[in-house]
Formats: sequence, structure tokens, C-alpha cells
Amino acid sequence: MFPGKPVFLLTDILVFGLVLCIVMFFLYAMRKPHLRQPWQQVVRSRAGVISMIVLSVYVGIALLDSVHFHPVLENQSAASGHVQHSGEVISLFDRMVSGLRESGEKTYSAPFAAYLYAKETVQQDDGTKQRVYPRLAWGASHLEHPETQKTGDVLRLGLKGALKAVVLWGALVLLLGWVLSLRAGRAFRVTLGILFSGRSRIPWRTVVVTLGIVLLVLMTGAEWATKYHVLGTDKVGEDVLYQALKSIRTGVVIGTLTTLLMLPFAVLFGIMAGYFRGWVDDVIQYLYTTLNSIPGVLLIAAAVLMLNVYMSKHAEQFASLTQRADLRLLFLCLILGLTSWTGLCRLLRAETLKLREVDFIQAATAFGVGRVQTIFRHILPNVMHIVLITLVLDFSGLVLAEAVLSYINIGVDPTMNSWGNMINSARLEMAREPVVWWSLAASLFFMFTLVLFANLFADVVRDALDPRLSR
Amino acid sequence: MIAYIIRRVLYAIPILVGVNVITFLLFFVVNTPDDMARMFLGQKHVTQEQVEDWKTERGYHYPLFYNMQEEGADTIRKTIFYNKSLRLFIFDFGRSDSGRDIGFDITQRMWPSLAIAVPQLLIGLLVAITFALLIAFFRATYIDYWAVVICVALMSISSLFYIIGGQYVMGKILRVVPISGFETGLFGIKFLILPVLIGIVGGIGSSTRWYRTIFLEEMNRDYVRTARAKGIAEQVVLFRHVLRNALIPILTGVVVILPLLFMGSLITESFFGIPGLGSYTIDAINRQDFAIVRSMVFLGAFLYIVGLLLTDISYTVVDPRVRLR
Repeated sequence: MFPGKPVFLLTDILVFGLVLCIVMFFLYAMRKPHLRQPWQQVVRSRAGVISMIVLSVYVGIALLDSVHFHPVLENQSAASGHVQHSGEVISLFDRMVSGLRESGEKTYSAPFAAYLYAKETVQQDDGTKQRVYPRLAWGASHLEHPETQKTGDVLRLGLKGALKAVVLWGALVLLLGWVLSLRAGRAFRVTLGILFSGRSRIPWRTVVVTLGIVLLVLMTGAEWATKYHVLGTDKVGEDVLYQALKSIRTGVVIGTLTTLLMLPFAVLFGIMAGYFRGWVDDVIQYLYTTLNSIPGVLLIAAAVLMLNVYMSKHAEQFASLTQRADLRLLFLCLILGLTSWTGLCRLLRAETLKLREVDFIQAATAFGVGRVQTIFRHILPNVMHIVLITLVLDFSGLVLAEAVLSYINIGVDPTMNSWGNMINSARLEMAREPVVWWSLAASLFFMFTLVLFANLFADVVRDALDPRLSR
Repeated sequence: MIAYIIRRVLYAIPILVGVNVITFLLFFVVNTPDDMARMFLGQKHVTQEQVEDWKTERGYHYPLFYNMQEEGADTIRKTIFYNKSLRLFIFDFGRSDSGRDIGFDITQRMWPSLAIAVPQLLIGLLVAITFALLIAFFRATYIDYWAVVICVALMSISSLFYIIGGQYVMGKILRVVPISGFETGLFGIKFLILPVLIGIVGGIGSSTRWYRTIFLEEMNRDYVRTARAKGIAEQVVLFRHVLRNALIPILTGVVVILPLLFMGSLITESFFGIPGLGSYTIDAINRQDFAIVRSMVFLGAFLYIVGLLLTDISYTVVDPRVRLR
């Protein structure tokens, strides 16, 4: 049963649309040997499987965070008949980590801390007032004497999480072994031997080890997060781990939707310019040279400034803050797409120029195949690899760009969780004494992991798909 | 050659006009000057009179394209399009919304930008080419493999991290250099070391990887095989043959960004408090000074087009096989 009244934000719809497209493409590609072959190459490389596992964790969180709803209000009379919904919009992911979300403190606290970062005047039992570091309202609040108990408790919780991870990992490995032995028609023990020997075509040992590490990190982290602020809290006392996790969706949405939104234009214009040549080519070339010559950051800045003016003028058009932030995110994707489609368009134009002179297209023309049909049946499938390579190559750059743009206040809405906003609000914290490093470190680490594995994945995909390299 | 250059310069005009029209549409049609005035003066408690005053002071009170109240040439001249957009073509940037002379500011502020950008580019180029050549020398070994992995890791780190981390380690812990600031003259160098260094480290991953591919591509050419077959030592092949030929794509790739060095880097300059054009733009964005942003967009586009032209010319200079018609 769905825990509330669903809300469909525009980016949610687009993200799930994209997922649907990818799933359909894979189902289609699996049946065509020439489309399946490069993806087999991806799965057979070690960097490929490692990055796929890590990225799927990120994407999974982003997808969970993309199912939004108005939660049902608690403590209402059951007799009244109709259910009341809260005004705020939360996601499925928020519901899963509701402990983190509602665990606010007063201000900064260090990772795993039991005490606040700043001193406060507290009335003692005997009536005197003293400046002390007060206990946290939520973090480590289950401990009587944190000074002596904390280390043991942290270790105990970590061990518990690790134990859970090992059990889950074992179950998954057994399941994998069972499925594989069924498919190959081998004995179960033989399959397990292959799994750990590292001699299979798909690097199963790497898969199993990566899975183990990922599970270990996730489970111990989750176990700690039930009692502590694993990554501390920020200035207003919000859990940093929660913020960093929420930012995943923003990063993934920007990285994927930007390319998705610009794709139709780039593909259409690129192929048209290359295929029709003449004045069509001139116009399209003029268009992209003009757009390209405006410095990207400035165009984005100008567009976002204009959006600010528009939004403050038409404040009544936006039903809620979430919706407003969402529209701004979508707009940012659009404008980032506008500045980045020119590269793909140019590549496609060059490739189409080459393709239209190739024998099979000349033959199609000689047989009287129409132009539209030639483009869709012969040219488009033969430039698809460029499109796919661009899609994965651009991803990491866009995630990094979001951080920089948010830092200079022309990125996503300031109320939205994003790594750029986290860095922006943390930029003065390094100057404090003692240093407040956790907010910065958390955002940079989460961003680094995503971008690193996206880069590795992009390299593998490019090597597999680019026909010039696959010889 | 001359004819080609003239033709290219003529091509640049419609592109600049296009840029101009796009920025004009963005700044004046999507949102009217009234909106801007209200934004600038604050949304509430603003009378129409104050808005009109604000517009008149800055010349936004004219009609957009065509002034019907005037006679003759003034129908065109007394419009926002003429005053705010066409004037840019003669590099008359006008005044910013806060009343400063933009053209003067630009000539003042481009020097600090250059002081950061030029050393950063030159040293960065030297370091990246050296590393790339080394990696190419050890191609298809573990050194090559791990060097590429390190490059990918380096380019996966946000530029913000390099800056914040660099400032913290060098400026706060080691206290080698000041964290931020700027000074003219010889003593100003101490302010430049950190931003230049961080710029180089931040860019080294992607450029080394890129140059490595160029070197490797060049190494598979026939003439390299011939040189090796003649018995020339690998080092000589690398330095005399491969390096020289690989410099063609590298240098032409650099030429295109040369003019844009004037614009400076937005992030670096704002972090280090360098009074260059980058921080000028950031300040304008934060203060919502549209006149400055508009001028910088035009200037950036102009410099980019100059860069493209220089690239084409540099091709003929470094590569005698290329002839421009």
C-alpha cells in the first residue's frame, strides 16, 4: 500500500521515462547479436562490472528518492472517514531513512559525537549556571556515559552491521551460484569454484568482491546511522549523511536529464546538417557556432538570472516549494543542455557526412528509398554509438558542473539538497577553530565516488562501442 | 590566405549579431525592464514613479526596437536595442546598472586575470606534456595503466576541492603563502603561487590523459615505424618525431582558448579574491547587474570567435600540409 497521496514532479516523470527507455533498449539489444556484443564486452571488463555495481547503488537511491508523495498525517481520528495528508512532499527514500531526517540537533556536531560543537549555558541541578558542551538530542542519546561507552558501542554496532552484511552477501553469492549453475547446467560446487577462481569470462570474482565491499559499507553505515550522526551535523543541525544521500538524486538527475533533453535537437540537427547539406547545413552550423561562442557559464548565469526574475514575478504559479525547486532543476538541465548539445551535433554531422557516401546508403538511394526512411533506417542506427558514448561521457562532467554552478548561486534552488549547495554553505567552515570538515568532506567524497565510477564506466563503454577502437 | 582571413572575419559578423540578438531577447524580452527595476529595487513598496526613475537613469525607458515618438534616425537610435546592444559592436559597453564605466573596468581588471591565467596555461602545458610523454614511453605496462587510473581519479575530483583543500593545506596549516588577496608589482607573486599551482593540479588529470592519446595515436603512424626500423633510439624517436608531430593538435587546441584567457576563471578568482574579470563577472551575477553580464557575454563570444580564427591560421603555420582557401 502506498503511504500517501502521490505527487508527480516533472523530473520524476522524466527520470522514470528514461529508465523505461533504457530497459526497453536493453531488451531489444539482447535479441540482436550486433547490439549485444559491445555490452558483453562491457560486462566482461573488470572496471566495467565494478563501476556498474557502484553506479547502480547511486541510481537506486536516486530512483527511490524520485517517488514523491504527501504523507498521511498521523494521529487523526479513524472515525472521520477520509484520510488527511500533510502539506509537505517527501519521497520513498525519505520514508526509509526517516530516522535521519527527523534527527535534528541545534547546530554543528562532529561525526559520531555525543556532544554539541558549541558551548552552551546550562543550568545545573544545584542551580548554578555553567558553560558546557551539551549532549546531543539524538546522536548517541542512548548512552549513559558516552566518554567510556562510546568506543565499545560504535564497535559493537559496526560489528553487527558487518555481520548482517556478511549474511546478506553469502545469501546473494549462493543465489548467484545457483542461478549460474542452472543456466550453465553445471554442478553447484563447480560453479562456486569458477565464481571464486577468477577464470570466468565475466569477471565473477570481481563482482562478488565488489558486492561484498559495497554491502559492508552500506550495512555498517546504516547500522551506525540508527544511533549516531555518522557524518556529523551541519550549521542548523541537519544530519550531513542525510543531506549527502539526498544530493545523489540531484546529481543523477542533472547528469542524465540534461543529455536526454538535448538529445532530440542534437540528433535531428546533426543528421539533417550532414545529410541534406546545402543551406540546411549552413543554417544549423550558424546556429551551433553562435550558441557555442557564448561562454557556457555566462549563458547559464544569464538564463538563471532571468529565471529568478520570472519566478519572483510569478510566485503564485508554483504550488509548493518542492515544485518550484523541481522546476528550477529542470530548467537548469534545459539550459545546460542548450550549452552542451553543440558538441554532439557537430560529431553527428561529421559522421553523417561520411555515412551518406557509403555504399549501402548510395544503394538505398538508388533503389528509391525516401529521405526520411534513409535517415531513420540507415543513418540513425549507424550513429547511435556516438549518442550512447556522449550520454555516458557527459554524465560525470555535468555532475561536477552542478557543484560549481550551485557554488556561484546559479545552480539548483538553494532549498534543494545538492553537493554544490553543501559546499557553498560549508565554504567558511574551514576557517573555524576547530575545523568543521565533515560537511565538506562528505559532499566531496560522495561526488568523487559517483564521478570516478562514472568516468571509469564511460571509458569502458567508449572502448566497447567505438568501432575504431574495437579492432 | 589573406582572402580566407577576410572571409572568416566577415563570417564572424552574423555570428556576433546572433549572439547579440540572443542576449537581447534573454535580457529584455523574456523579462521587461520593469521587472528588472522591481528586482533591483525590491519587490514590495516600490511605486511606479521610482521604477520609471530607475529606468530613465540607466536608459531603459526607451522602446525595445522602434521609437514611434521620434523622427528620422532617432526612431532607431532612441531604442534599447540600439543603445544597449548595437553599441557593443564598437566596444562601447556603457555603464553598469550601478553606474560604473564597464569599458574602463574591463581594461583595469584584465591584467590580474592574465597574471593568473598565462602562467597557469604555460606551466600546466609543460607539465602535462612531460607526463604524457613519459606515460607514452612506458605504454602498455603497469606504469601506463596506473598512470591512467590516477589521471581519471584526479579528474574526478571537483575543482572546488582542489581550491578549498589547497587553501587549507598551503595557507592555513603550512602557512607558506597567503590564502587570498592580490597586489601589483614583484611582491604580488606570493599571491599568485597558490592559484596558479591549484589551477595546474586541477587540470593535470584530463590534459595528461588527452595528450597521452594524441601521443599514442602518433606512435602508430608509419613514419614512426620507419624511424624505428632504421635503428633510431626510442628516446630520439619520441622527442624528435613523435613530440614534434603531436604538438600540432596540442598547440592548435591551446590557441583556441588563448583569447579567452582575458576572461579569467570565475571560481579561482572569487576564491582567491583576485580583482580580475572572472570575479567581476561573479560579483555582477551575485548583484544581478545585468549590464555587466551582458557585456561579458558579448566579450566572451567575440574572444571565442577570435580564437577560432587564430586556430585556423595556426594550422597553416605549424602544419605545412594544411592550406586555407
